[in-house]
Amino acid sequence: MSLTVQDISVVKAFWAKIASRSDDIGAEAFGRMLTVYPQTKTYFSHWADLSPGSASVKKHAKVIMGAIADAVAKIEDLPAALSQLSELHASKLRVDPANFKILAHNIIVTVAMLFPADFTPEVHVSLDKFLQNLAWCLAERYR
Amino acid sequence: MVEWSDAEHSAISEVWGKLHIDEIGPQALGRLLIVYPWTQRYFGSFGDLSSAAAILGNPKVSSHGKVVLGALDKAVKNLENIKATYSNLSQLHCDKLNVDPDNFRLLADCLTIVVGIKLGASFSPQVQCTWQKLMAVVAAALSSRYF
Repeated sequence: MSLTVQDISVVKAFWAKIASRSDDIGAEAFGRMLTVYPQTKTYFSHWADLSPGSASVKKHAKVIMGAIADAVAKIEDLPAALSQLSELHASKLRVDPANFKILAHNIIVTVAMLFPADFTPEVHVSLDKFLQNLAWCLAERYR
Repeated sequence: MVEWSDAEHSAISEVWGKLHIDEIGPQALGRLLIVYPWTQRYFGSFGDLSSAAAILGNPKVSSHGKVVLGALDKAVKNLENIKATYSNLSQLHCDKLNVDPDNFRLLADCLTIVVGIKLGASFSPQVQCTWQKLMAVVAAALSSRYF
């Protein structure tokens, strides 16, 4: 389900719109993931505080949102853009790729709540496709 | 047997009380058909589904969205007994309509998003958690005839 010219333009425009709230979105989405899908906590068992508002959660959420923003900027060649991150996730972090879908869902729920008027069905489908492509590229090096 | 705590009961009541079936149903079904276009395979008789605008303006989509939410209302009013409440619906979806059960999860996700849009900040992580539990139970009940 590769990205069309329209998807690319929609995602870039939407991401530009939400960029100023990137930290809030990241923290909210990541916190929701840990709350609604508690099995995801297993990857962060080395953190002292896994509660949604905690410093660790906020800090890590910023890292993730930074990486996604980078992917948006390099959206025309996602495999190349995500190659190093894929290597990291495959060899070191070994996050089950099913979790990428879970985080994507929570990012979508969060942006929908924070930008109700802008998150139209057209934006929804393009963002969903983008996150799915991102997940696919992130899992590229797994096997 | 699915167990619901008092907190979950009251979270679901509160959310349901804020939703208008006639508004949420069409929006959720519309998003399903737009975001996951392969689901259109089940709605061959609905006429023009060729674009997002066509889907959102389609009266059959709107009317069927209301039907779907009407059925969800039954689940909300019979939380302790969703599987039994949905026995006939499960038979319909599995035996007659032959719906791939993964579609129930897709519609559930669309519903979650539409509810999130409607409720905004009051759709807290805890409320989302309870809502998604309801969605999972409903999807399992609808799929029960397959097993």
